[in-house]
Amino acid sequence: MRGAALLFLPGVVFGVGLAVSGMTDPGKVIGFLDLAGEWDPSLAFVMGGAVLAFTLLNQVVHRRAKPLLEGELPGRRAKGELTPRLFIGAALFGVGWGLGGICPGPALANLGALRLEALVFVPAMLVGMLIAQRVFGADA
Amino acid sequence: MTIAEFEPVPALVGGLLIGGATGLALVLNGKIAGVSGVVARIFRRVSGDTAWRVAFVVGLVVGGAASFVLYPPSASFERAASLPVMAVAGLLVGLGARVGGGCTSGHGVCGISRGSTPGILGTVTFMGVAFLTVFVIHHLVAGGAS
Repeated sequence: MRGAALLFLPGVVFGVGLAVSGMTDPGKVIGFLDLAGEWDPSLAFVMGGAVLAFTLLNQVVHRRAKPLLEGELPGRRAKGELTPRLFIGAALFGVGWGLGGICPGPALANLGALRLEALVFVPAMLVGMLIAQRVFGADA
Repeated sequence: MTIAEFEPVPALVGGLLIGGATGLALVLNGKIAGVSGVVARIFRRVSGDTAWRVAFVVGLVVGGAASFVLYPPSASFERAASLPVMAVAGLLVGLGARVGGGCTSGHGVCGISRGSTPGILGTVTFMGVAFLTVFVIHHLVAGGAS
């Protein structure tokens, strides 16, 4: 793909954003998920900020007919069907996130610090992804 | 577990960067850059659809590392589970993300922003189950010790 290497840039910004936000700290994430404990609502602001920024850029990009590099723009609004698969997968994901306090982006960002937790979590996550593709088909 | 501090400003700034990054990927090549989808589809090796994914993932790791070094508060890391539990958590996160078709960024950030019904209900589901899981682990199993 033309200019594929340029996607390094949003990757870097994403990684910095995860680290700055606190999403890479499992203790912080568990603090957010622990409604019955010393609840720390900070991470709700991560989703708020991210949705705000993405929504703005999603509006702006549709002033153009095409993306800057290549390909086609997806619709401004998403279409999708509700399937049992969605809910089963999201539930499994929720158990994993609640157990470890780490989701896929923060796991990768933590690889940058060579943390033992990330070095265990990421290969296990890749195995989980490959199992999903083998058993359930490539895409939901 | 230590008492976490309420830090809305770094959370908001980080969130804006995360949303800005996924928005930039959309502007550049029209892709919805949910992390689990970006990673998993590397292994499909679809011609012309792999290089940008690798570049994005490498950037994510480098960005995390750069932030930990240049902005030490972002390097805060409190382990939430033992390594064997982290392995189980990783397996469930990878499996669940690909069975359900998205994770915190794909279903959450991009899905909610685009008014996607599966994205919104997927996010509600995994958040609800994660709240429940933490309650069971930290209050029922731990016997209220935490």
